[in-house]
Amino acid sequence: MSGNMNLTLKVWRQKSQNAQGAFETYEAKNISPDMSFLEMMDVVNEDLIKAGKEPIAFDHDCREGICGMCSMYINGRAHGPLKGVTTCQLHMRSFSSGETITIEPWRASAFPVLRDLVVDRTAFERIQQAGGYVSVNTGSVPDANAIPISKENADEAFLSAACIGCGACVAACKNSSAMLFVSAKVSQYALLPQGNVERKERVLKMVSQMDQEGFGNCSNTEACEAECPKEIKVTNIARMNREFLRAKLFS
Amino acid sequence: MNSAFKFLDTSIGRKVLMSLTGLFLCTFLIVHVSGNMQLFKNDYGLAFNQYSVFMTTFTPIKVVSYLLYLTIILHAISGFRLTMQNRAARKISYGATKDPRSSSWASKNMGILGTIILLFLVTHMANFWFKYKFGDVPYVQYMLDVNSGEVLGAPVGLTDSGHMKPHELMASDANGQPVKLVIVRDLYNVVKIAFQETWLVVLYLLGMIALAYHLVHGFQSSFQSLGIRHPSYASLIQGIGVWVFGILIPLLFAAMPVYFYFMKS
Ligand code: HEM
Ligand code: SF4
Ligand code: FES
Repeated sequence: MSGNMNLTLKVWRQKSQNAQGAFETYEAKNISPDMSFLEMMDVVNEDLIKAGKEPIAFDHDCREGICGMCSMYINGRAHGPLKGVTTCQLHMRSFSSGETITIEPWRASAFPVLRDLVVDRTAFERIQQAGGYVSVNTGSVPDANAIPISKENADEAFLSAACIGCGACVAACKNSSAMLFVSAKVSQYALLPQGNVERKERVLKMVSQMDQEGFGNCSNTEACEAECPKEIKVTNIARMNREFLRAKLFS
Repeated sequence: MNSAFKFLDTSIGRKVLMSLTGLFLCTFLIVHVSGNMQLFKNDYGLAFNQYSVFMTTFTPIKVVSYLLYLTIILHAISGFRLTMQNRAARKISYGATKDPRSSSWASKNMGILGTIILLFLVTHMANFWFKYKFGDVPYVQYMLDVNSGEVLGAPVGLTDSGHMKPHELMASDANGQPVKLVIVRDLYNVVKIAFQETWLVVLYLLGMIALAYHLVHGFQSSFQSLGIRHPSYASLIQGIGVWVFGILIPLLFAAMPVYFYFMKS
């Protein structure tokens, strides 16, 4: 078909966590500009399978920008060139025919590569388990809107809760810091009355777990905000710092 | 005490330390640049030399200055640790060069900028502070008009008895007119001579460029580290960081060596 693209891919290949990895070059031929980035990867993988080679391993699930599984560092940017877009929602029309595209896994000591482009992001789960919840006694269904919440706080909490835990903030940060992710999770509860009960322990436990996982410190470069597909704001980081200081100094 | 150390061993605690020490250094810069503006006075350095005596002998200032040395050391050590930890958090770097649009150059190079400032500070202290405290900066005598306090010409050098102290006395000039004599060590002249050296002037300019970049990012960053951020004043903090700490203060400091370098002596 006319208008289809031919691309050269430089992809990180690595057999297992402890194996030595390297870039391999592949040709992606006759790619429709309307394909998503992951569909393009599927085409390349089918060709590899047909040729009897190992397909490129990569994470994905929903392919509609809500699960946070897809994780590719494309041409020096987490989730590729567009702002506010996950890899699965990125389309090939954002590239031009003849281009060389470099595809790498997230790089962070706390996110070891498991295979090719797949990294282990369970560090995020352990942070979440450390304090990213509210304890509620179950009973009969409570009335909706029984607890008054200001519109502003509800909106802010909703924006923070939009974080899909993809890890692009860590990948984009020069320090591999997880502050944006953790601050989004801390904020979504800190802003709501339901989160108030465990407010102090939550921030202390989540930050402590974050530190144990080996993420870097925050230098306030704000690369995370620029690269986050859900456009989570660094004001959340200021809020988390505040929450942390409050819990440490006034408890 | 133990819990204070524990606090400082968290990622946020380390940044709070960085931020508080950094902001303290920022207030010092304001005092230092204001005081040193006296170098530009047209009085053969009298005001500057008297100010130097005050700064090195007045007890509260002495206490603050030791706090300041401690702060610089803390800030530098803590900055070094942060930089090392941050490097360790990504052992394998990316193959593709990172798109520079997502963050400012200064914010990514605070460690390097800080190191340049530290090298500058060591040279700077050795040149003036150490010389003034432990070296032999000679005494000079200024002659002043009794009524107007105007300095009547360049000071004359005195042979140091070794026991001399800065002091003032009344005397009369060659015509028998009463004048005031001020005897003080001439740090001004040490500054003047030092800045005849091209390499030193260049080093100072480099130091100030590094300081400017360090503070364009650092000043506003320190408020974010403390959790002080709200749309109603964020742009004010940003503005002060850029215009006062990133431009005005480094420019005034840089003007000092340049002024002496081009001054006809
Ligand atoms: C007059 C001298 C200095 C001033 C006024 C100053 C001020 C500041 C300020 C306000 C910050 C921001 C803190 C924050 O992000 O919370 C900062 C950060 C930093 N400073 Fe300095 N600083 C000075 C000298 C130095 C020196 C001598 C070094 C090191 C050798 C240094 C290394 C650093 C580093 C590495 C950071 C960034 C830490 C990070 O990435 O989070 N600074 N400084
Ligand atoms: S803050 Fe943004 S980049 Fe980080 S995990 Fe959440 S959605 Fe992904
Ligand atoms: S695959 Fe679910 S967000 Fe991309």
